[in-house]
Amino acid sequence: MRIHRAMMLIAASALALSACATSGTPKPSFNLPTAIGAGEGALSVLAWPGYAENGGTDPTVNWVKPFEDSTGCKTTVQVFGTSDEAFGLYTTNPGKYDVVSASGDASLRLVRAGYVQPINVDLVKSYADVFADLKDKPYNTVDGVHYGVPHGRGANLLMWRTDKVTPDLTTWSDMFDPSKSWFTDKKISVYDAPIYIADGAVVLMKTKPDLKITNPYALDDTQFQAVVDLMKQQKPGIGQYWTDYAKQQQAFEAGDALVGTTWQVITNLLQAEDPPIPVKAIQPPDGATGWSDTWMINSKTPHLNCAYKWLDYIVSPEVNAQVASWFGEAPGNSKACALSAADQANCDAFYAADVNYWKSVWYWQTPETTCVDGRTDTKCKGFDDWVKAWTEIKG
Amino acid sequence: MTVAPAERPAAASVSRRVAIWLDRRPRVRLALLLAAPVGWLVVMYLGALGVLFLNSVWLRDEFTGLVSRTLSLDNFIEIATTPIYRTVLLRTVGMAAAVTLTCAVLAFPIAYFMARVASPRVRGLLVVAVLMPLWASYLVKAYSWRLILSEDGLLNWLLAPIGLRGPGQTEIGLWLVFTYLWLPYMILPLFAGLERIPSSVLEASSDLGARGGTTFRRVVFPLVIPALAAGSIFTFSLTLGDYVAPSLITTTQFIGNLIYLNFGAPNLPLAAALSVVPLLVMLGYLALARRLGAFEAL
Repeated sequence: MRIHRAMMLIAASALALSACATSGTPKPSFNLPTAIGAGEGALSVLAWPGYAENGGTDPTVNWVKPFEDSTGCKTTVQVFGTSDEAFGLYTTNPGKYDVVSASGDASLRLVRAGYVQPINVDLVKSYADVFADLKDKPYNTVDGVHYGVPHGRGANLLMWRTDKVTPDLTTWSDMFDPSKSWFTDKKISVYDAPIYIADGAVVLMKTKPDLKITNPYALDDTQFQAVVDLMKQQKPGIGQYWTDYAKQQQAFEAGDALVGTTWQVITNLLQAEDPPIPVKAIQPPDGATGWSDTWMINSKTPHLNCAYKWLDYIVSPEVNAQVASWFGEAPGNSKACALSAADQANCDAFYAADVNYWKSVWYWQTPETTCVDGRTDTKCKGFDDWVKAWTEIKG
Repeated sequence: MTVAPAERPAAASVSRRVAIWLDRRPRVRLALLLAAPVGWLVVMYLGALGVLFLNSVWLRDEFTGLVSRTLSLDNFIEIATTPIYRTVLLRTVGMAAAVTLTCAVLAFPIAYFMARVASPRVRGLLVVAVLMPLWASYLVKAYSWRLILSEDGLLNWLLAPIGLRGPGQTEIGLWLVFTYLWLPYMILPLFAGLERIPSSVLEASSDLGARGGTTFRRVVFPLVIPALAAGSIFTFSLTLGDYVAPSLITTTQFIGNLIYLNFGAPNLPLAAALSVVPLLVMLGYLALARRLGAFEAL
């Protein structure tokens, strides 16, 4: 009887909650602003760690304070660890964050859900200086409408311990080959997210041309099945899944991982250790997946002027260079490289201006049922299918 | 103090009247006393559970990623019909059972020694020793075990001279870690249960000619079953819900990892439906523990 009463209580509270909930997808329409007015005095930023430093990590690293001083926009920063977490924060607090640094696998979802608004790029002074190959990408521009300003990018690289793995690796296929010693010893380290499935698609683009994969984020049933099979075949060789880079750094340091997919910044950190860990990372000729981040503005922001001021500020050459070298990535602003010798070195280390380097990088992008490679005669697997397949791959 | 003496009896009579009024109404008194804790329980605890259940019967629009508030059992149907979810659930329950059993076997001698053999001084030291690991953060301990079990880690280094190797970062390693993490939660109820057995009962058993083994089997063990069940509730439920240790130690998925993945995806409805499953398992387990008298031993 007591249990029944509790159940009724739950049911009652459930009804009460659903009653006050609204339904339907917001479909806002916008008139693009034509000028940036006076700031509203406040701004809330949702960013990757390292993108909006306010002295909290390191007192000497602070580019939020100068922004506040010059614009009067009091800035609060919230960081997130994965694209999915960022999107989750938006679904739970749609009005809370005025601007967000979104990778391609979150940006499209934010657009589709109506959480972010179109941008008048003419109001962002530095937009003209952003590398051309970062503009008008499917994850920042939808149907010709800009939804943000490109910020920086990186590629997912193939890394190995040079003292334990010889000769040098040349292809992603080395991570999928069960005859290799690091495979049988379970010494492979991969990124732990459904989006990693795209790495398998990149491999099949090279090794199984008859599948006709033209974009690793546009996979129909047959192609997707082939990729999932390849990933399942790789599973026995995997010794570690990583999402934060300290975890992978430690695994390579301890020798638990000898081969893996990595970010340039992790390689740099390992090589900078004392004594240096002998690792090498390349973008194999097969191509690679990667990420390109975009600053976007909340569709419901009450701080539109401050938001535009932030976009203008964060991709300006000096700040963009500062962020890129602190975070460890290639800056999006072409003028961020020539500011100083150190900035140039950072740009060179991350191939910031090397057009050919980025040509074969497939930036993360949310897979959708409407194929993102433009095919209309078939349905592709959407992100839900990717998540479910990822569960199956991990077993 | 400038309180007029005439006001005093009036003020006193108000509080007196309230007191008298309350004195005649024990139910109102009880209601006032329980309002805060019951309110907390209903709003924070049942409220959260209510939101969880509610999410589990909602759906999610794949295109926009938004939750659509239409009632449906699709999430549960998907969980029931997808083999991988069943595999992961069975694996999780199996791990929880294995950890519980190991904890019970390891904890019994320790608890017995603490309760019945050790001098009060040693007993005090042992209680502190058992509680000590609980002072360190769970995360720190899980990370240390990651290092201990790693390729060039402490365990392999220790075992190398005798030609052996540790389990490494595998399910067996995880089983060790869980056993280490939750052992105190088994020792303490067992210790309390064993301490409660009157010495006279054991003496009577030996007076009647029972040897140690028989006394254990027929007297001690039946008397500590409630304590054992109480401890197992902790070890079982803690293992069932954990996702941090599995993701730090192994590449294997447990039910908590699936919830986390779908929470982040973010597919809250499916994550909520997945969360309901271990909840049901735990309800079954609690019903069983209740029959064994675990709640009398808590």
